[in-house]
Amino acid sequence: MNQGKSLEKRLERKGISRRDFMKYCTILTATMGLPSSFVAKVANAIAAAPRPPVVWLALAECTGCAESLLRTMYPWIDELVLDIISLDYHETIMAPSGAAAEKSLHDTVTKNAGKFILIVDGAVPTAQDGAWGTVGGKTMLQSIKEIAPKALATICVGTCSSYGGLPAAAPNPSGAKSVGEVTGIKTVNIPGCPPNPINLVGTVVNYLLFGKLPDLDEKGRPLFAYGKTIHDQCPRRSHFENGEFVTNFNSEEARKGYCLYQVGCKGPETYNNCPTVKWNDGTSWPVQAGHPCIGCSEPNFWDKFTPFYKSS
Amino acid sequence: MARVVIDPITRIEGHLKIEVEVANGKVTNAWSSSTLFRGIEMMLQGRDPRDAYLFTQRACGVCTYIHGLASIRSVDAAVGVKVPDNARIIRNLLHGAQYLHDHMVHFYHLHALDWVDIVSALKADAKKAADLDASVSPTSPKSGVNDFKAVQARLKKFVESGQLGPFANGYWGHPAYKLPPEVNLIAVSHYLDALRQQARTARMHAIFGGKNPHLQSLVVGGVTCATDLNPSRIAEFKYLWKETMDFVNNVYIPDVLAVAGFYKDWGKIGGNSNFLVYGDFPQTEKEPDSFLFPRGAIFNKKFTAVEPVDLGQIAEHIKHSWYEGDAKGLNPANGETKPSFDKYDTAGRYSWMKSPRYKNEPMEVGPLARVLVAYGKGQPQTRKMVDAVLKKLAIPPEALFSTLGRVAARAIETKIIGESMEAWMNQLVENIKKGDLNICGDWQMPAEGMGAGLNDVPRGALGHWINIKDGKIGNYQMVVPSTWNLGPRDSADKPGPVENALIGTPVADPKRPVEILRTVHSFDPCIACGVHVIDPKTNEVYKFKVV
Repeated sequence: MNQGKSLEKRLERKGISRRDFMKYCTILTATMGLPSSFVAKVANAIAAAPRPPVVWLALAECTGCAESLLRTMYPWIDELVLDIISLDYHETIMAPSGAAAEKSLHDTVTKNAGKFILIVDGAVPTAQDGAWGTVGGKTMLQSIKEIAPKALATICVGTCSSYGGLPAAAPNPSGAKSVGEVTGIKTVNIPGCPPNPINLVGTVVNYLLFGKLPDLDEKGRPLFAYGKTIHDQCPRRSHFENGEFVTNFNSEEARKGYCLYQVGCKGPETYNNCPTVKWNDGTSWPVQAGHPCIGCSEPNFWDKFTPFYKSS
Repeated sequence: MARVVIDPITRIEGHLKIEVEVANGKVTNAWSSSTLFRGIEMMLQGRDPRDAYLFTQRACGVCTYIHGLASIRSVDAAVGVKVPDNARIIRNLLHGAQYLHDHMVHFYHLHALDWVDIVSALKADAKKAADLDASVSPTSPKSGVNDFKAVQARLKKFVESGQLGPFANGYWGHPAYKLPPEVNLIAVSHYLDALRQQARTARMHAIFGGKNPHLQSLVVGGVTCATDLNPSRIAEFKYLWKETMDFVNNVYIPDVLAVAGFYKDWGKIGGNSNFLVYGDFPQTEKEPDSFLFPRGAIFNKKFTAVEPVDLGQIAEHIKHSWYEGDAKGLNPANGETKPSFDKYDTAGRYSWMKSPRYKNEPMEVGPLARVLVAYGKGQPQTRKMVDAVLKKLAIPPEALFSTLGRVAARAIETKIIGESMEAWMNQLVENIKKGDLNICGDWQMPAEGMGAGLNDVPRGALGHWINIKDGKIGNYQMVVPSTWNLGPRDSADKPGPVENALIGTPVADPKRPVEILRTVHSFDPCIACGVHVIDPKTNEVYKFKVV
């Protein structure tokens, strides 16, 4: 509780009122599917010290997952990095490069063996023994095999690290595989292209709160975020039931916000919470912007769900 | 003479390795190597052309949207659809928002730590910092002495925790850092503010694009956001735009000028001579004539003599890249270029990137190229801003050809694009008032077709080319800004722009090469974008119809 109070003080100094702080704890708690009585516990959990060490490895990726994390608002990214976790290695934001960056990785993996949380974005290229993707002269294949077994838990962020994703789309030129496939480790998967940052932050907070990772479905996805289909939560669902469909993006039906199923929406086959949490502080999500869901959090969606605009 | 390898280069998108040769404290030679291959073009063969934008947008999540835009423009051209005015405006607004977001994040979160010593900020006098901030930016928010004290206290607590996270092993205390502690404190404070501002700025994308990163509201012929064409959504967009522009005007631009004032020697380091711009932001349906940033090429720094661009003069070389094929590049022979890694060898093949050349010359693309071409062509906003910046910093125009010039140009164009966006929002409102709600043109998928989407995006000239066969993608190619800037040597062993720019860079301590990062980061490298496999029928591709 003292730690909680000190975090509040720290936040106050930064111009973050208790009300703002409790607001993000409330939103996180709701996203995690916990009863509102947990709000106070969430607030305490994210004030823990020492901050848990986190290593983020970027493999065959586009950095969209890292960018997505930067958009977190509950808490903000500066709070996450300075107050909640210790982000010891993340190539996109870390100060040092080259040998000094390598040292950061080596130091935390050695010092915190068995204690650090590993977050991975990007698939693992396996062609020519992994030579198609290297960092610091080592193949990504080699690095992930070395580092993942030393982590307390491995969280795959995005569809690429979770299931292979884009690099693994046919004909899979680089022999890309998921982290689970190459390491044999049961990973926690936060798929999406990219995933909503609230689902990653919720998973980390779940760990801080309960000392364990959240309950997962058979595809390794946290149930709090991926327990229902887009279709079952879609605000356009009544139009589906009424047989009111968009068939042309420049039509009266499109302006009325009818169902996008006939222009290829993959909502019925896609498990994610986009319709309820939405994106970028609840601003919108693809279906609200009039575009069919492409099923970006499902394994193999680049092949299984294409052509995207064809109704399944 | 010592060889220094920096791998990974951090604070960029993707996987980059830089190797340099250092003699007498200066770089004498450099090699740029990208170390990841995914092969998006190979995946596109035989797929539905409408899907290409969703695949290619995943070339990069930092420059999100722009590969989607380039792709959609190429398919628009191939199917011959007329894009409605509202869709043109919304695409420009999303593109403008991308510039605002991208350049802000680049300056504060990817580049600043090369110039700003965080640890030194602990020694700053908060009162002096507040006075200084008020003098460089009288309207700067959160600039009181208590604000700076709070940042300092937060920083102190963080450092004392012993868990330095991403700031551990930084080059703190390096002699190349020249800012006084107070300027470092201001910059650190704004680094943190910008972390929040960028998340709010990205909301502009969500309004008409559904989400950010990786927007999802483009379609061939237009956009899909039919229900967002209403006053409250446009007002929300305008509010976020205004908030962002306040940050640009009161924080970003003053910070760039303040920091640049201490690093004027970098106006002589890191320059190139040749520049290429495709141009972008069509103000009407007339392209490229109506572009806000005009098309043009500059050779030998002669920015007063901008040449027209002849797309037939673009060629790609692979002598130093990990692909099978003719070492002379430009090979019109049959067959495909196949990725083939053998070994990293700076005398041989050393990168997954190819080397694009224009009239056989390496060309720098990006903010500096755009600003120089616009200046040379007499674009009024650019003239005014560039002249003001040169005057403020008391540096000659030649200083633009440098690492410092690149940083300044990025800030200059952020302001110009941002200010232009207001008129675009107003046009959209006028159209809606008149009852024009069209957002997507009608079209039919042709059995055969070719199209090019030429764009100028935050990192530079970007081209996508599509060839449709039997209604499917027959061939797809991307020639990308970071390939122009960070590609390896060409068939004539001429270094690429970053390799060239690094020569002459001072290196005080080869084990802590922060000066090298300054020039590399000034290009805002985006490596995932830059790595592409391209059919060697290179000559054929550029005969495509150009929009």
